[in-house]
Amino acid sequence: MSGTDTSRRRFLAGGAAAAAGLLVAPGVMLLPVARARAPEEPASEAQRWGLLIDTTRCADGCDACVRACKTENGWEGHGRPATDPQWIRKVKVRDPRTGHTQSLPLMCQHCRKPPCVDVCPTGASMRRADGIVLVDKHICIGCRYCMMACPYKARSFVHEDVHDPKPHAPRGKGTVESCTLCVHRVDAGRVPACVEACAAEGNGAIVFGDLKDPRSEISQRLARYGGEEIRADLGLDTGVRYLGLS
Amino acid sequence: MRGLIGHLGQALAALTLLAAAGGAQAEVPLPKIPKAKGEKCVEPTDVMRRNHMKFLLHQRDDTLRRGIRTKKHSLKECLGCHVTAEPGKPLPTADSPDHFCSACHRYAAVKIDCFGCHNDRPEQSGQPLAQNPRTLPDAAVGRRVTVETLKVLATGEEAR
Repeated sequence: MSGTDTSRRRFLAGGAAAAAGLLVAPGVMLLPVARARAPEEPASEAQRWGLLIDTTRCADGCDACVRACKTENGWEGHGRPATDPQWIRKVKVRDPRTGHTQSLPLMCQHCRKPPCVDVCPTGASMRRADGIVLVDKHICIGCRYCMMACPYKARSFVHEDVHDPKPHAPRGKGTVESCTLCVHRVDAGRVPACVEACAAEGNGAIVFGDLKDPRSEISQRLARYGGEEIRADLGLDTGVRYLGLS
Repeated sequence: MRGLIGHLGQALAALTLLAAAGGAQAEVPLPKIPKAKGEKCVEPTDVMRRNHMKFLLHQRDDTLRRGIRTKKHSLKECLGCHVTAEPGKPLPTADSPDHFCSACHRYAAVKIDCFGCHNDRPEQSGQPLAQNPRTLPDAAVGRRVTVETLKVLATGEEAR
């Protein structure tokens, strides 16, 4: 992997063309390229990871992001909606005045001021330096205060035994869990599974990137088109922003 | 009196001999530790035996809370090297005495919590994305790209 941005871009274009045997137009570069940190380097405040979700491109009835998340992180339902885990879900919203409906994915919004972290009695609910909100299951006691505090209903409690969890996504009965922004992928310089799946589906509704880097695609899009937070009135400064919410 | 002491001394010597002989026949049973894949552990064996839990505890906080992902003391790496299958058998799970961790922990009667959440076996070679290449429409430019292309774009790894 090359060091500088320019040679990296050249390499990527070349690599992609070679892999696919096709000409890849510049428009294909919808996926932002996150740079991997060295393994010994801790996550830093110089970055803040976020998502920009374009609801106008999110197809109604498509759940590719949810399926990708399940496969990547090894969670699934047991047909018991009241207790099943749910890291990401598709939500349909309807304006009763106009009848206009929108479909969008909803997951942990990775707030800068997360209420789940405020209420956690053990410090298990935490925000990493680069803005990713996580549950430290090593010290989670399963009290579920965070689930009550989250205005997005983003967290789940693991009610049932977990068999054969993914090595990169340990899960255990009696602890709370939620979207990790695919932290294992982000640390390796990759994009979250939902972003990849959405692009592969051809919708490309989710953009992942560094909100603090003005050159990143997500920042450029935010600068150009704006972007809203869900429940912005709460002042949580979410890392997940939406386009086309009305 | 002197005779009695002499007899006692002889009896004691005989007992010691007997004990020594008996010891050789019925040793204290030792745990059967499965052989690892690698040549050498990341730390000397005696250090590992005494301090492995400290290394793991330190590493877990570094990894989860700070995002440090060095491999030296990572649980995943331990399992990758130490959890091995006998020929023709599947990898042992943590509740089997053939599992590296369980072999000693059962012997010492120390319960471990790691595998309540963590997988107890190394990941089998499985590449869900690469296994199933599909051709997908690229809505933006009207061309077709494969999952591999997207992967290259996303990861920056050259396709093999």
